[in-house]
Amino acid sequence: MAKIASSFLDISYLDSLSCQQSSIHRLDPRAKVIATALYIVSVVSFDKYEISGLIPFFLYPIVLIALGDLPLVYLLKKILIAAPFAVFIGMFNPLIDHAILMNLGPVGISGGWISFGSIMLRFVLTVGAVLVLIASTGFASICMSLEKMGAPNSFAVQLLFLYRYIFVLTDEASRMVRARALRAFDGRGMGFTVFTSMVGQLLLRALDRAQRIHRAMRCRGFDGEIRVTRPLAFCRRDGVFVLGWSALFVLMRLYDIPQWMGERVTGLIR
Amino acid sequence: MSHHIVELKDLHYTYPDGNAALHGVSFRITHGETVAIVGANGAGKSTILLHLNGCLIPETGTVRVGDFPLTRKTLDHVRRTVGMVFQDPDDQLFMPSVYEDVAFGPLNLGLPPEDVAERVTQALSTVGALHLKDRPPYRLSGGEKRSVAIASVLSMSPSILVMDEPTSNLDPKARRQLIQLLKTFEHTIILATHDLDMVLDLCSRTIVLKKGRVEADGPTRDILQNQELLNACRLEKPLQLQSCPICNPGSGMR
Repeated sequence: MAKIASSFLDISYLDSLSCQQSSIHRLDPRAKVIATALYIVSVVSFDKYEISGLIPFFLYPIVLIALGDLPLVYLLKKILIAAPFAVFIGMFNPLIDHAILMNLGPVGISGGWISFGSIMLRFVLTVGAVLVLIASTGFASICMSLEKMGAPNSFAVQLLFLYRYIFVLTDEASRMVRARALRAFDGRGMGFTVFTSMVGQLLLRALDRAQRIHRAMRCRGFDGEIRVTRPLAFCRRDGVFVLGWSALFVLMRLYDIPQWMGERVTGLIR
Repeated sequence: MSHHIVELKDLHYTYPDGNAALHGVSFRITHGETVAIVGANGAGKSTILLHLNGCLIPETGTVRVGDFPLTRKTLDHVRRTVGMVFQDPDDQLFMPSVYEDVAFGPLNLGLPPEDVAERVTQALSTVGALHLKDRPPYRLSGGEKRSVAIASVLSMSPSILVMDEPTSNLDPKARRQLIQLLKTFEHTIILATHDLDMVLDLCSRTIVLKKGRVEADGPTRDILQNQELLNACRLEKPLQLQSCPICNPGSGMR
């Protein structure tokens, strides 16, 4: 549990990164959200055996990390935490798809392994891009920009509240787990029945808290709509950012740049 | 000014689970008074507070805030008049930054952005928390959270402040600062608390509850000296009124 608690502390570290000042941080959140969304769509839309075409897409997160002065190692660690999900999704491809698609010297590489590699690559790219987005923008600003761009208000508010209270909820859960551990001896009291009642408790407490929060909101005139003062100004710089990157994404999606470069180089050698 | 008046008349309330919390509570609090509502756990303090700004609507009896009786129709007016500070600041601070949280109420009142900014700055400087305005509320200390929670209510310029256990979970210095801050307010203040020393410092009048009824209502000094009454209501004389156990051994609480 200590691990879970500390990894949540890490989320707030991710959020604190968003308070820095850099050319990337100063961009309008909407510009970054749009660019990241386009990026994800172009990465995901590749054919399932694609690998070389994905390589140029590393450019986007790398440039943002460099300009935004974000800690690369920390972000890589965060990507690793989510890696098991992607591994489980791709795990069966090598077992099912045996057709040899490529030969590296005497070793034949099956389509399964290639598609597995492709999945992992896409995973690193997309998750990396989203982490960079959060670290350079901040979760609250992302929610607000989603709402400004026409996402339903209730959706943005739910996201915002989820983020605000995840800390309170983990606090509460870790207190309960600690309280149980202190009175459980020889493994007794750590069983499944106690666990289920604890989960129930946590739900009830969360409902109670939700009611108190709702009361506090009603007391301050809440009528279903969250109003914010955060000024968002979409200026020319943001437009250039979005247009430039999306043009590049389309280019990288339509043309296999590594292959093209390889052909030019081999052409020169000949 | 009549809009600072709070009047309860024969208020009864039974919770949906059958727990009868109030059995005919009546009192009248006038402009500028600082009143403490004290009593044992479960005496009905929180239930009364929830009635004062319409989180609960009276079943039998009436609650009057200013010129209006509290009904579903007058709810908005009452909530504008009465500012409520909850016991757990985490329930009250739900926006991503301190500034946005303090701006939440004024924005809902429909004020123009410049006025909102002015009110937020003023409320935050009143509680001495202006430097926290860009911080996320979940990373503040307990005392800071409490100050911000108070600012988030002050920014709506209520005439009446209602607070549930304002000094709970505060360190002695933060508690003292809060008491000093509340002394500077000109609002009508209603506190529900177990901190009788604060009551002695702050409130001229005290209402003692016992099992959902008003047991006593009068000047704080008289009530907190009445040993018999305090014993009957599961309360204790404030430490300031007890003699020193070192200078005067054997004279402490029995």
